[in-house]
Amino acid sequence: MPTQDSHLGVPCDDVVIRLEGITRIYKVGVESIRALDGIDLEIRKNEYVAIMGQSGSGKSTLMNILGCLDRASSGRYLLCGQDTTKMSDAQLARIRNKQIGFVFQSFELLGQLNALKNVELPLIYSGNGWLSRRALAREALARVGLADRVRHKPNQLSGGEKQRVAIARALINKPSILLADEPTGNLDSHTSEEIMALFDRLHQEGQTIIMVTHETDIANHSHRIIRMLDGRIISDTAMPRPANKEVPR
Amino acid sequence: MRVFLAEVIGWLQFVYQTICLALGQIWANKMRSFLTMLGIIIGVGSVTAVIAALSGLRAKILTQVQTLGTNTIFIWPNRPTTGPKANASWWDIRFKPEDFDDLLTYCPSVLRFGRTSGLGRFTISYRDKSVERVEVSGTEPAVHQIQHRTVSLGRLISEMDEFQARQVCLIDPTLRDKLLLDKECIGQTILIGYHPFVIIGLLEPRPRSIFSGGESENLEVFIPFRTSFRINRDPWIMAIAESRSPQQNEEAVAELRCFFRRTRRVGPGEPDTFNVQSLENELRTFDKIALVVTAVAGGIVGVSLLVGGVGIMNIMLVSVSERTREIGLRKAVGARRVAILAQFLIEALVLCLLGGLLGVGLGQLLTWGIANIPKAELDMAYIPWQAIALAFLFSGAVGIFFGMFPAIKAARLDPIEALRHE
Ligand SMILES: Nc1ncnc2c1ncn2[C@@H]1O[C@H](COP(=O)(O)OP(=O)(O)OP(=O)(O)O)[C@@H](O)[C@H]1O
Ligand SMILES: [Mg+2]
Repeated sequence: MPTQDSHLGVPCDDVVIRLEGITRIYKVGVESIRALDGIDLEIRKNEYVAIMGQSGSGKSTLMNILGCLDRASSGRYLLCGQDTTKMSDAQLARIRNKQIGFVFQSFELLGQLNALKNVELPLIYSGNGWLSRRALAREALARVGLADRVRHKPNQLSGGEKQRVAIARALINKPSILLADEPTGNLDSHTSEEIMALFDRLHQEGQTIIMVTHETDIANHSHRIIRMLDGRIISDTAMPRPANKEVPR
Repeated sequence: MRVFLAEVIGWLQFVYQTICLALGQIWANKMRSFLTMLGIIIGVGSVTAVIAALSGLRAKILTQVQTLGTNTIFIWPNRPTTGPKANASWWDIRFKPEDFDDLLTYCPSVLRFGRTSGLGRFTISYRDKSVERVEVSGTEPAVHQIQHRTVSLGRLISEMDEFQARQVCLIDPTLRDKLLLDKECIGQTILIGYHPFVIIGLLEPRPRSIFSGGESENLEVFIPFRTSFRINRDPWIMAIAESRSPQQNEEAVAELRCFFRRTRRVGPGEPDTFNVQSLENELRTFDKIALVVTAVAGGIVGVSLLVGGVGIMNIMLVSVSERTREIGLRKAVGARRVAILAQFLIEALVLCLLGGLLGVGLGQLLTWGIANIPKAELDMAYIPWQAIALAFLFSGAVGIFFGMFPAIKAARLDPIEALRHE
């Protein structure tokens, strides 16, 4: 269905993300910090990528650019073949709404809304009707295993549950990529494993996932690990798939 | 076309959503919201009460003008405040019966007129019962015709009564009861002072008029105009005239003024020694005063709305900075600038309109209050719908005006910085 925003109609069959010489320079006073320094990257459909690197290496900066929350200082960023660097703010908002699901370290749920309303939030900005919103949000919550926590407010949920609500919210518009910046950073190891199991399942269902993490255990769930240092990619390795993860359930 | 329609529906849904959200926000911060709205509540409340009082007063005057007749003109002596007659005694100023001779010839717009004579207060007695200090006046038959007065028993004063200066009178039921007269008192004789008078009619009591002063218990006794000179040789004479039609009121007033200036020998350039006033004129004068009062009240409400508006702006700025992270998150999940702008604008608007609503409620309470003040003539006070519409219009305008700056501030926030807040 070709509409005025045809970039949403572009099929992400193959290359979902393509970065060409992305830099991001922060100006602090007279100093300028090169948070990203010439990043080239290609991510294909249904890849499961972990980004690692020491603190301050530019992981979050990269994720923000991938999530269209921020603009690169130079370089080109193609999302499903569309050049986002030339887009207006309103177009980027639409991309964030439809194409990208973002999961934050600190969940970022709205305290006064219950789980269902929190999950519905992106749909409000995509003009979905009330009924379809309800249905989609319930479906998304069921997908992350929270069908029985629909009416709970964030302060009535555990950390892991909060993050799952946030993941449901990120998934609700069926985005091309799921971006997660340290999704388990605020969770204990057991809960982290639960979240990662959820990620694994989403990946198996065909979701393209990019996550940032400090922990090797978490990174080992992915199939490709990118290491960063001082705003550059220093290594990009495909993981040999662990046998136990391959067993279909 | 379909895309456009979907867009509109989407926006309506968004607006509805945002209103719910704003109401939730207001409810969550009940105390704070209420205090913020207080300026608007008080402003709107007081101005609607003032308007209600004025509308009530006007309605009251209007109904009385209608019962008294819209083409009624009052004529009474009046000492001017300037000119050579400013220090004249009331004796010189008063009307003499002959001042009215040939009036109808010289005033073609006047259909008829009647004179009344104020005789003063008398003791009225019947057998061994008496009532003191009762106002007695002489009236020509035309007076009661112009005023549409009726009797519940007997008849009004007739031309024959007048012509023959008969010793007859009209009384009202209150006086009848006080004197312990028969229920059917027609034909019974009472004493006004020392003069015997036969009762010919029982007046239908008039609803209290704002023009007849504040006394609630107004005992009335009327005798024929000519007869009154037997009791008091120099009564206080006033008159009531009727123009041929309401459209000729002004002409009639002008003719009457001209006529009396001549018969009363008012020199050119000197102020009138009498007043000729049509009821309609009175209403217009009232409207002028009401306009000024409304303007003053409007000014006061303007100031209080301004203060209220600044309060709203302040609270919205607080709200924006409290909810910076929320704004960041909303942007991150796809809210456009206009959406954020609309959200905060609608919130300010809802706050103000709620204030307006409560203000109108307060105004209604005040209106009930003033309507029940005894003897204030405000029992017909009501809030006209225009005032309500205006109240909402103004509070809405305040909401948009003072909500705009905080909303723009929110819309301009950078999503990442907003998410990193605190
Ligand atoms: N808004 C900003 N203004 C100035 N400098 C910034 C800003 N945001 C990030 N930086 C700088 O950019 C560099 C990369 O920061 P970034 O947040 O991407 O690191 P990171 O890899 O995510 O670190 P961590 O693992 O601690 O989250 C850092 O040196 C940081 O100081
Ligand atoms: Mg980071």
